[in-house]
Amino acid sequence: MIQSSPFRSPGVARNRLGALAAVLALSAGGVACASSAAPASGPAPVAVAGGQAAGAPSPDPRVGLGAGLLDAEEAIWNLRLLSATPPPEDFIGVTNSDLAFTGNYAIQGNYNGFQIWDISDPRAPELVVGYVCPASQSDVSVFGNLLFVSGEGMEGRLDCGVQGVPQAVSPDRLRGIRIFDISDIARPEYVANVQTCRGSHTHTVLEHPGDTDNVYIYVSGSAPVRPEAELEGCIGAPPEEDPESALFRIEVIRVPLADPQAAAIVSSPRFFDGLEAPPRHGPAPADLAEIEAARERGAFMVEIMGEMQIFPDEIADQLLTQVVAQRGGSGAPTAADSTMLRQMLPGMVAQMTGIDPDGPEPGPTQCHDITVYPAIGMAGGACEGYGILLDISDPIDPRRMHAVADSNFAYWHSATFNNDGTTVLFTDEWGGGGQPKCRDTDPMEWGANAIFSIENGAMRFRSYYKLPAAQTEMENCVAHNGSLIPVPGRDIKVQAWYQGGISVFDFTDPDNPFEIAFHDRGPIDPDRMEMGGSWSVYWYNGVMVSSEIARGLDIFELTPSEFLTQNEIDAAKTVRLDEFNPQGQPRFTWEPSFPVARAYLDQIERSGGLPAARIAAAREALSQAEGSTGSARGSVLTGLAGELEGAAGSSADAARVRALATTLRELSGM
Amino acid sequence: MLAALVLASGCASAERAPGGGAPAPAPAGPEAPAAAPVADRGDRAPALTAAEIEAIYRSRLEAARARYTEADVRFMTDMIHHHAQAIEISRLVPDRSASASIRTLAARIINAQQDEITTMQRWLADRNRPVPELHITDDGVMVHAPAGDAGAGGAAGHAGHARHPDQPGHDHADMPGMLTPEQIQELAAAEGVAFDRRFLELMIEHHQGAVTMVLDLFASDGAAQDAEVFRFASDVQVDQVTEVARMERMLATLPQRNSP
Repeated sequence: MIQSSPFRSPGVARNRLGALAAVLALSAGGVACASSAAPASGPAPVAVAGGQAAGAPSPDPRVGLGAGLLDAEEAIWNLRLLSATPPPEDFIGVTNSDLAFTGNYAIQGNYNGFQIWDISDPRAPELVVGYVCPASQSDVSVFGNLLFVSGEGMEGRLDCGVQGVPQAVSPDRLRGIRIFDISDIARPEYVANVQTCRGSHTHTVLEHPGDTDNVYIYVSGSAPVRPEAELEGCIGAPPEEDPESALFRIEVIRVPLADPQAAAIVSSPRFFDGLEAPPRHGPAPADLAEIEAARERGAFMVEIMGEMQIFPDEIADQLLTQVVAQRGGSGAPTAADSTMLRQMLPGMVAQMTGIDPDGPEPGPTQCHDITVYPAIGMAGGACEGYGILLDISDPIDPRRMHAVADSNFAYWHSATFNNDGTTVLFTDEWGGGGQPKCRDTDPMEWGANAIFSIENGAMRFRSYYKLPAAQTEMENCVAHNGSLIPVPGRDIKVQAWYQGGISVFDFTDPDNPFEIAFHDRGPIDPDRMEMGGSWSVYWYNGVMVSSEIARGLDIFELTPSEFLTQNEIDAAKTVRLDEFNPQGQPRFTWEPSFPVARAYLDQIERSGGLPAARIAAAREALSQAEGSTGSARGSVLTGLAGELEGAAGSSADAARVRALATTLRELSGM
Repeated sequence: MLAALVLASGCASAERAPGGGAPAPAPAGPEAPAAAPVADRGDRAPALTAAEIEAIYRSRLEAARARYTEADVRFMTDMIHHHAQAIEISRLVPDRSASASIRTLAARIINAQQDEITTMQRWLADRNRPVPELHITDDGVMVHAPAGDAGAGGAAGHAGHARHPDQPGHDHADMPGMLTPEQIQELAAAEGVAFDRRFLELMIEHHQGAVTMVLDLFASDGAAQDAEVFRFASDVQVDQVTEVARMERMLATLPQRNSP
């Protein structure tokens, strides 16, 4: 169940209260676990049950795979494993962590340092350099010729030594950001570091609009504050005891590109402040009209955080039935039952949602990850018990737009926006990644993704997505890092689930996410849990690169299926990036091309947006255009575009038909 | 963990490590010695076989397990007892709570802390240290401390009743946030909203005690150098800090009376 502060609109309330009703219904039966009950809206592209599409392999081949470090049994669906490269000797047996990309290189963090791979040939990645410089987690980012590496653990040394730091307080300890110059990629040069109070668990690189001289880093750290004797100004006491507290804030580092040695903390924003009374907007006119209409028809309503929320009729009916049952009655509810329910509702809601208009709501002390999406001026902060939407139009001064909490979420871990910036997905790294949270006994709402739509600057809960294949006790498994796959017209993500493997899923309809591809191995060890699995997997220039904690570097490509056509895969491959960091989202744009046009056409066929005959004719015309040149090609394309524009008005998939027509017109001019 | 691995495996990297506080990049390139960073382009040694990789992997995991302090062992041992009590009091919830969200919370605490106990037991067993065993029965949660653990003198200790004045050595009841037998009895006798309020108050205290134990660990010389300990202790800290905030929110919203 989602707890939001505040509920924002009648629409929000409907979903939230839907979940609430489910909890009430369950609790009446003595069941302890909440379950999501977000009503579906609109037709799903395929029948979906629990994140699995109709047509997915059954029984799931991921269940019961044999164990092994390099010879585990594997299950793969709609993917091809191009290469599986074990770690170089210095990094064997040591945790591989996150990935960043520049040019033809993948940079793979490791608790022992980092490895740079040339992935020009994804079937045979070549190690360019393995740089030993221990510190957990060694999360990595690149910006131009600079490489940034996170250090959080107690063993990290300023001099990259491998002997650790045996003293609780030591001038030799590095907890913060290391900066390397990688102008010569084979010879990284350690040029600077910035020490922070809680170290850097992860970090986020972003640019300030109009500031080409500097790059900025948000430092997220979840470990305890180091002693002041080790680093001046590190105060572990809470802010009410000491306003200089290192808790309840993030650090922003400015790195002058011409002089990275001068990198320093420039601000420590406390954007959690006042989270007990988050700013909220009044209801929109349409919402007010809806509330008025509901009042007139006698709907059940309840005021939450100063806003009137409407109970959907079907949920009110369920609750009324419970009221009748509780008084030992049967049959239709009476007016007295209705009155009783109206009196009970505020208390029930307050108790179920945990929202009390007068009560304190302590905010988080830190963020785990902050994903920035500069193209839309927003960031998603995954901050302990909260998911926070931030306005980052000024990177030095990020402002909170909205915050949500969720009783099913143990620990908000990271965020991914869809390309349009209309949906944001948060992960819950329940158990910290070292625990087996995908067993058949673990609820599907725990350790999952929560998907929200972004409406008027606020988040509205839509659904959960969790790896739909049960894993064993021997496999650490929970939602972890991933990225969008740039298929035009759809929201598709590839995501790592540690030893749960990798899962590719479609969340175009935020109410109905469903899986379209996967890869999984059996446990590393048949008899005990060893840390392993995919830490992160990202789409980068046509392939998906996965950092396997124990097994090295895996590279995959998509294979066509009923859920994703070759044209859609080809269209995704037209998007090329020079650089990619996990916590910075680029906005994907698609140059007009035949693969992009054909991808849209395949999607229109899938959605039934045009009659079969028209789709066949359009494909014919595209082939004809591709086989011709100059004005002949142009006239075929503009002719087809004109026909589609005419047909769009009566299509159930009008937006996509228009997007196709636009692509054709642009293509005709090329 | 790394450092231990590299040292124990005889890698020459340890000899690098220049002194002083300034960043000290080491030379790279094919001519560099076996010390890191290792430029491995073109002229690397013949690839390791799968069997060799697996052998190195196993030996490094073994070597990593050799590096820990008594503070790490004490933390892992104590936290098993501490977690056991959290499970014991969470198990009171289903029969007594008036709140579905508190039942959800308790189910999560049981799930999470039982898994974490498994992790701590594995960590201790890997280092041939005494492993407290957890026994969950209808009568409650028992931690059977093995011989060698001064804490319970080799006897079975009730997780919530760990005060054994007759026994020498470390007393688990003294750990921060541990409830007394009287507090547990009082809680077990309550029901409805009164139970929920007391449960949240006591569990907040209990969680804060666990956080104190993590901070004490990190303040000990040599502790949490092992990446496994660091990660585990950090996760316990952050999970419980987050859960305390959630429980404080729940506490503030509890109805005043046992109705309707």
